[in-house]
Amino acid sequence: MSATAVVKTLRIDGRDYSAKSDDTILDVARENDIFIPRLCELEGLSTVGACRLCLVEVKGSKKLLPACTTAVDEGMEISTNSERLQGYRKMIVEMLFTEGNHICSVCVSNGHCELQTLALELGMTHVRFPYNYPRLPVDTSHPRWVLDHNRCILCTRCVRVCAEIEGAHVWDIMGRGIDSMLIADLHQPWGESSCTRCGKCVQVCPTGALSDKTKFGSDHPKHPEFLPYLNMMREGQ
Amino acid sequence: MSEIVSKIKVATVWLDGCSGCHMSFLDMDERLLELGSQFDLVYSPLVDFKVYPESVDVALVEGAISSVEDEHKIHNIRKHTKFLIAMGDCAVTGNVAAMRNVFPVNKLLQRIYVAGADADPAIPRDGLPQLAKQARPAQDFVKVDVCLPGCPPQNRVIAGFLTNLLEGRKPEANQKIRFG
Repeated sequence: MSATAVVKTLRIDGRDYSAKSDDTILDVARENDIFIPRLCELEGLSTVGACRLCLVEVKGSKKLLPACTTAVDEGMEISTNSERLQGYRKMIVEMLFTEGNHICSVCVSNGHCELQTLALELGMTHVRFPYNYPRLPVDTSHPRWVLDHNRCILCTRCVRVCAEIEGAHVWDIMGRGIDSMLIADLHQPWGESSCTRCGKCVQVCPTGALSDKTKFGSDHPKHPEFLPYLNMMREGQ
Repeated sequence: MSEIVSKIKVATVWLDGCSGCHMSFLDMDERLLELGSQFDLVYSPLVDFKVYPESVDVALVEGAISSVEDEHKIHNIRKHTKFLIAMGDCAVTGNVAAMRNVFPVNKLLQRIYVAGADADPAIPRDGLPQLAKQARPAQDFVKVDVCLPGCPPQNRVIAGFLTNLLEGRKPEANQKIRFG
């Protein structure tokens, strides 16, 4: 923080906090160990506000605002964990489970999955909505990794890490709404794409959608924490 | 649950699952002996009663509802059970049993029993329940009182739940439970 940075003060869940003027609500929460769930946001990547799990209540706003893209303001009063928010979060996670085919017991990410962990933290014991059971492909064309669309929640972390950090921009999202799908290049098999084989997308993927071919069972912890350090090194800090 | 007298009647049911939940039930080991003295196991693949009793206090149901027969069974269980528990991911979500849901039943049977057969390729029909179009969770058919997810639910989850129930506390799991 430079000497001229403006400090904002705000209240989160009834307690006072100070923040840099360019911080988002999520930045402040993270710095102060306030739990706000999120699946698309990842420290070190740009924010897109796509998963809607980090929605918070801000006094004076009728709408719920995503903590990851909302900048702090002087005197802001924020509620991060109301009953209403908990209800919506549970609903979103349940809908993610119905949209794909998330079968934890046979997933390589079982025990290391952010979606599974979030369901646990939100106390989700079942899904109240009917399952879609979509028929989705699995791309095994890459020599090192697999893309299983059944497990993809379209968070776009892979899209962003490839474009912003690796600079290759192999990944993108095709289609709209329920038909949206992750594609490599112009919808080519991953193994025949312009992939540089850096593996960052696999490490930032919150579920088992992108995984290492050499991993069996549920032995696939991921390490997205390298990103902020990589950025710091690049910026010469 | 206050009206339940000293020995409650417990049933366990095995529908479209791998019996892993029942293995987990048995895995309670010595806790099963303690708990077992407090309830009567009136119907279960682990005992030899052929007909589901008229009145059951608690039923632990393993497996998805995958056939016409399963569907009849789950309705019958609900009708004769005070408290129905979906035990394990198959009963709660469909889980592995529901992985076939993206394929039409005929194609599936053809692939496994004809194209995939080493000898006597034929789709078995006699005496077998007709497969439903999809394997679905129990809650799609009947009211489920409590879900105990897990593949299988850990034995301490089942034990904790049964202990709560037997000791007259709120019938719920005593910890957060993860899928898978």
